[in-house]
Amino acid sequence: MPLITSSKTKPSYDVIIVGSGAAGGQSAYVLAAAGAKVLILEAGRNYDPITESPMFNPPKQAPLRGAGTPDKPFGFYDATVDGGWTVPNEPYMVRRSRRGKGWYEATDVSLAGTDQNFMWWRARMLGGRTNHWGRIALRMGPYDFKPRERDGMGIDWPYNYEDLAPYYDKVESLIGVYGTNEGLENTPNSSPGTLLPPPKPRAYELLIKKACDRLKIPVIPAHLAILTQALDAGKVPARLHPDNPEAAGNLADAMRARLPCFWATPCGRGCAIKANYQSTTVHLPPALASGNLDIVTDAMVREVELGKDGKATGVIYIDKKTREEKRARARVIVLAASGCESARILLNSKSAQHPEGMANSSGKVGRYLMDTVGSDLSGQIPALENCPPHNEDGASELHMYMPWWLYQQQLSHQIDFPRGYHIEIGGGRMMPRLGIFDGLETLTGGSYGRKFKEDARRYYGSFVDFAGRGEMIPNEDSYCEIHPDVKDAWGIPVLRFHFKWSVHEEKQAAHMQKTFAQIIEAMGGKVMGKPELDGRKAIAPGGSIIHEVGTTCMGADPKKSVLNQYCQAWDVKNLFVTDGGPFVSNADKNPTLTIMANAWRACDHLLAEMKKGNI
Amino acid sequence: MSDVERMDRREAIKWMLTAAATVSFLKSPGLAAAVPRGYGQDPKLMEAYNPGDLWPLTFSGDQRRTVAALCDVILPADEKSPSASQVKVPDFIDEWISAPYPTQAADRKLVIEGIAWLDQESQKRFRKKFVDLAEAEKKRLCDDICFEPKAARAFKRPAQFFSKMRDLTAGAFYTTPEGMKDLQYIGNVPLTKFEGPPPEVLAYLKLG
Repeated sequence: MPLITSSKTKPSYDVIIVGSGAAGGQSAYVLAAAGAKVLILEAGRNYDPITESPMFNPPKQAPLRGAGTPDKPFGFYDATVDGGWTVPNEPYMVRRSRRGKGWYEATDVSLAGTDQNFMWWRARMLGGRTNHWGRIALRMGPYDFKPRERDGMGIDWPYNYEDLAPYYDKVESLIGVYGTNEGLENTPNSSPGTLLPPPKPRAYELLIKKACDRLKIPVIPAHLAILTQALDAGKVPARLHPDNPEAAGNLADAMRARLPCFWATPCGRGCAIKANYQSTTVHLPPALASGNLDIVTDAMVREVELGKDGKATGVIYIDKKTREEKRARARVIVLAASGCESARILLNSKSAQHPEGMANSSGKVGRYLMDTVGSDLSGQIPALENCPPHNEDGASELHMYMPWWLYQQQLSHQIDFPRGYHIEIGGGRMMPRLGIFDGLETLTGGSYGRKFKEDARRYYGSFVDFAGRGEMIPNEDSYCEIHPDVKDAWGIPVLRFHFKWSVHEEKQAAHMQKTFAQIIEAMGGKVMGKPELDGRKAIAPGGSIIHEVGTTCMGADPKKSVLNQYCQAWDVKNLFVTDGGPFVSNADKNPTLTIMANAWRACDHLLAEMKKGNI
Repeated sequence: MSDVERMDRREAIKWMLTAAATVSFLKSPGLAAAVPRGYGQDPKLMEAYNPGDLWPLTFSGDQRRTVAALCDVILPADEKSPSASQVKVPDFIDEWISAPYPTQAADRKLVIEGIAWLDQESQKRFRKKFVDLAEAEKKRLCDDICFEPKAARAFKRPAQFFSKMRDLTAGAFYTTPEGMKDLQYIGNVPLTKFEGPPPEVLAYLKLG
């Protein structure tokens, strides 16, 4: 990726974007295409998926067979660079249930054994977390934008599903998403011709569907940001940029450089053929081709600067390579650094006008931190034993999933928790990895020797995994704030986290476990371990699902929110936040697609305001 | 000096050279040289690594021989695939227990103590080291520790060791090309189309 160094930046830009992931990439794409001069400041290093993705590397070539470690929590070959639940030189502070009151530096990578109240994932690299994410690209539905209207809890978004629907169409057309329109409740259809055809279901996915049909749980094609066929470079760019042939041309070139999936290798390692969405392969190349985008990496933003007129004038950042303090100036500042990092920047931007941090007259910066409710269970399915060998790598991620199906039962209070979850599935004849037969002794009674080899052949491919991903309702006990004393290696004050699940989430996690056990039993299978019916134990630690949203909430009332419906700060009108921070609900639908659609909508507004001379 | 010990030394020298090369890069020389470190959060992903490349290994010659014998009791050669030691599983186990990470450090204690127990128990029962036992003798010993829920109280900790060794041995073995072939894993190759399960699979699963 062609980058510039901090010494080569222009004296001033139209827009500075902090961050280069889903939000930063999307914002840069829209703004640069429209002709704005844009500077991206990325806190991590440059990263090139074309040369750095170990796509086919077998586990035997990796240290520890590629197993996860504190350095690489998702395994050695995971695309994440300088990231994880801890990041070198950048601590954050948490509570620990097994120690005394007080604040402790976060250290854990162990999801099962952690006593941290929150785990904050970061990826310090160009493209941020988009390089390793699961590519699950589900739309939020009409209910998800108006949860309070529907059941009296949580916070409503200041706009409706219909306001975002056109942007969902645009993002799906731009990045390429496979899936189908099933017309299910609160599971929106895309406009005709938007989605790519889904891959055929795998054997275990068909077996799950057969069991779920009997349980009346819908199993439908998942929506993932993976190309099952080439994007239509002849039509899509002109549709997305009807009045901008140059932008359409740049996009068409970028689309032609992407190949469809070749049905091998895990997406999380990165994709050198650009078949899946990564900001680095999809958003940034056409934005750079416009000639309107400069990118500086290793640029850790500390604060936004304020002018006498109450407008933001630029940012101060640390060049990590030289440790020098630098300034960059622009007419508009867009924070897209991840919910909590953007909140941190605002809270660290103190001035006489904003003593509690910039854009924080409501006191809401840092508030309503949310993650996704997660709970997993696996089962062993005798019907899949000794299955004839066949290749089911597929798109590497799920082909099928179960959207939430009990909306009406919830509305009529037949179930005792208010919000839903969807189910992600895995299993089958995946590439053997370390840990493949851990715990097999519970099925074999401890076999070893020739018998173990026979057992391994019999049981390989006969396991299925279920992962529930559910909605968390924002609460007053979950937020981040600046620790008064602790600074990171760059001299920037760090965050400390308060986090609590409520009984709504705990009951939901217990329901997940019950449902998974039912499905496994309906498949004639055996639950591995046992379902955890105590919701407090069934729920994964806060932050571990890495769907960090909230902390710079949008709203209709400046007294109760940080941003207006266009992600524009009420207090500083040339300041925007386009990452997960503006979310005021965190539906079960994985947030990345909504981050992009919302960012696009915000940037359209930003451009219109610029044109009018309002900012 | 045996072959194995020579190899250990070679590995140790290699480690020292690696450490020396790392020092200049890390800017904190004293610390980096003294403490083995992990591979960090930005390791080179495209390179192939071997046990001993990143941190010094642990096993003595005797320990390595005992581990190799146990690995082969767990996964012996048969008509479909070689034994665990034939695909260098003991090297992996050494790499694993020598790694500077908490999970591995906990396993290191279990494995080192387990190896010592195995030889002591062999001496006690058969007046021989574990490696010198006849197959039937190895089996008599391993039968007592192969399944923790049914192991006698005195054998609980050794049974945890055996369970750990079985998990590590199986994990290391089935991630080799030979192990993958044994399981008939046929993926990790680019395809032009993904057709879903073939007809014989649909028939087998009664999904016709």
